[in-house]
Amino acid sequence: MNIGEVRPYGDRMNDGAIQISFSLPVPVSARSIEAVKLIAARMGMNNIRLVHAQDMGNNFSFYILYGAINISVDLQAIHVPEVELQLFDFWEINDLIRREFERKVVVIGATIGVDAHTVGLDAIISAKGFGGESGLERYPQFEVFNLGAQVPPELVVEYSKKIHADVVLVSQVVTQRNVHLFNLSLLAELLEAEKLRDKLILICGGPYINAQVALETGFDAGFGPGTTPLQVASFIVHELMKRKMRKK
Amino acid sequence: MKLNISQEQANACRQIAKEVALEIQRDIAPLSTVSVERAILRLLGIEGEKEKIPYVNILVDNLKEQKALEEGVLYWIANACLNTGLSPQDVALKVVSGSFNPVHLSRKSFQEVKNKAEELATESLSRLYKKKKAREALKQSFPPSLPPLLYVIVATGNIYDDIAQAKTAAEQGADCVAVIRSTAQSLLDYIPEGITTEGFGGTFATQANYRLMRQALDEVAQKVSRYIYQVNYCSGLCMAEIAVLAILEGLDIMVNDAFYGILFRDLNMYRTMVDQHFSRYLLGLFDIIITTGEDNLIKTVDAFKEYSIVLVSQFINEQLAQQAGMKKELIGLGHAAELDPKIPDSLLWELTQAQLVRQLFPRSPVKFMPPTRYKTGNIFFAHALDTIFNLVAVWTDQRIVLLGMPTEALHTPYVQDRFLSLESALHIRNASRSFSRELQFIRNGQADKRACELLTQAMETLIKIREAGIWNALSRGVFSQIKREKRGGRGYEGVFKKGKFYLNPFLDKKIVMQARRRAV
Ligand code: B12
Repeated sequence: MNIGEVRPYGDRMNDGAIQISFSLPVPVSARSIEAVKLIAARMGMNNIRLVHAQDMGNNFSFYILYGAINISVDLQAIHVPEVELQLFDFWEINDLIRREFERKVVVIGATIGVDAHTVGLDAIISAKGFGGESGLERYPQFEVFNLGAQVPPELVVEYSKKIHADVVLVSQVVTQRNVHLFNLSLLAELLEAEKLRDKLILICGGPYINAQVALETGFDAGFGPGTTPLQVASFIVHELMKRKMRKK
Repeated sequence: MKLNISQEQANACRQIAKEVALEIQRDIAPLSTVSVERAILRLLGIEGEKEKIPYVNILVDNLKEQKALEEGVLYWIANACLNTGLSPQDVALKVVSGSFNPVHLSRKSFQEVKNKAEELATESLSRLYKKKKAREALKQSFPPSLPPLLYVIVATGNIYDDIAQAKTAAEQGADCVAVIRSTAQSLLDYIPEGITTEGFGGTFATQANYRLMRQALDEVAQKVSRYIYQVNYCSGLCMAEIAVLAILEGLDIMVNDAFYGILFRDLNMYRTMVDQHFSRYLLGLFDIIITTGEDNLIKTVDAFKEYSIVLVSQFINEQLAQQAGMKKELIGLGHAAELDPKIPDSLLWELTQAQLVRQLFPRSPVKFMPPTRYKTGNIFFAHALDTIFNLVAVWTDQRIVLLGMPTEALHTPYVQDRFLSLESALHIRNASRSFSRELQFIRNGQADKRACELLTQAMETLIKIREAGIWNALSRGVFSQIKREKRGGRGYEGVFKKGKFYLNPFLDKKIVMQARRRAV
């Protein structure tokens, strides 16, 4: 396999096969079918086969298409912002904190705004953990405060000050109208205004969160679907060590 | 198809749940809340807002500030009507504009006020009964819907887009359309006014939005020759008021759970119990079906091990609704399986549990809810899961089925998501319509065993709740390990003890009968 030139695969190497489906706000007609093919052609598809066209009622219609695209990508030339994180294990993490940090790391967790989803945050911090791994509460070197859901960003700031938090973990699951971006940026700004931002490791997570979101909203890291507590704990330790080095 | 369970045990569960519900009833009987009072004002026909605050809130807050709310709003409105000869709406206008203070008017004799209050209540109820008659006639002009009713949600945030989606869904075969509410509306201690086009994860429940959707669904019903049920959410801090809006605008089904607000929105338990009681009482008068939210109880815990909590909550929800005067045919108990698809025999357990609920509550229009937890971005696998879910629903003869969406883990549904979902459900409803009569569980096989175990567990928990008392049980985290303080949670400051002149003739059987008669 030539990773300098990767193409979609159907049943033959380099056939470029793809499938797409979408709706149009018009009923099916000879014209709508041509329109769909035109859209596909403009997307760069060739050998376009419209395999299904169906009215959905109320002047909406649904289409499924197959075709091929003549696009290849060079995997080697792709740079992603996510640095490969070297994972530590449970004992290493506790040892490193004990040695390098000389006190417990204080962690706050919250789902902010009006978002009420807690399962993802709990997966990372509650003792019960996720995917067979213990959450941060189980680590003797983390002192964890779980503020729960629907926490106003202002309260996170207040609490961080009060308990001298080292790490703030924020979950955002509801993303309609980009409300998550708004909430996350707001929290980062509030922390900045209180001169707390630089003292904290600020981490967000949720099914639609990634490194890009973290970057845009002024967070240090963003974790998406399938994140495990160990990944988060490892990141925290790396970041603590990095910051310590910088100080020296 | 029947599971071999003990009828005595089922009866015992009901009996214990009844005692639990009676305890709740006893403790909330002396209480009212700001939202019950606002509901009463809405029943009297008071509407409008000033600077984004509804009149009903202004009135109730005004009385509360003057420490006069104990008598209830109706006492003051009736007294003001007697003094001024104005209608309740005009009284409201005058109070809001500051023309007079209802508390400073001369106080007529209690008997006079009571008579006036009864007159106002009778008028309002008979007006609403007339509306209800018209809706029933419309419903009856269509052939009865096939069971199970196929229920879909729309949630664009914009009522006009919701309407486009709802009509499309109806044309695709949906029977019920629910508009999901905007995130956190349940925490608002007022009902927003007007038509809304911005919402998060859903659309605001307002009277104007209800009305627009009702018109749209009645319109499309003519086109598809099928009655389309309008659904919304009667929960949160405005539970009782929302019930009134549902009655005013002719909704058919309201999601209404006695515990949901306490557990999942951290609303105060007394507030919620008082509100659910009055809301259910009103919905019951107007034959609006309620559906409960037991699916939520297993969304965050091990859904296999902890399933029996669903039954516990159903038994209590049923009794509470009955005590609010609802008949069983209106109490749509909710349930879901939410099992990890990796569990061996997960489908057998899903089938067993669905049948168990159906069998325990044969007269309830039970509402079965789809898998959501283990859905991921793999929309194709999600669609497979939903098709199997549809099969279980039809096989066990559920009454209302909330259809799952292939894109559950991604976003609120696109038009094609709902279309694919309905296509699968229509196919299954047709293809397996006789399963429940043709197929049978092996006697005392694994399914029977699981059903008996679950019922036993439910009974044990119910006994624990009865022993601890419901309020203590809630503070100890009996439901999905969620603990709530008796005086904690939102909305506690809105609970008050009724004073000695407190009036609520809407609860009076005689008044209701009179209003009913007058509506013919
Ligand atoms: C369970 C659930 C609920 C439960 C939540 C119970 C609870 N206590 O959490 C209830 C029923 C209450 C609920 C309510 C609502 N929900 Co909901 N819900 C879900 C559901 C089914 C599963 C979510 C879940 O628990 N996943 C399991 C966890 C483990 O996964 P996770 O969150 O991705 O977490 C992992 C990673 O993302 C990451 N992570 C997450 N957080 C964090 C934080 C940090 C710091 C880190 C490092 C990592 C991290 O690590 C976790 C482990 O790997 C999803 C659909 C789905 N299948 O995804 C919808 C879903 C998330 N809900 C949705 C919506 C819209 C709502 C409502 C707004 C609906 C409404 N209008 O009322 C309400 C929310 C009300 C509110 N105020 O927020 C939408 C969101 C759409 C969007 N993109 O905005 C979804 C996708 C469903 C849908 N298709 O509509 N919901």
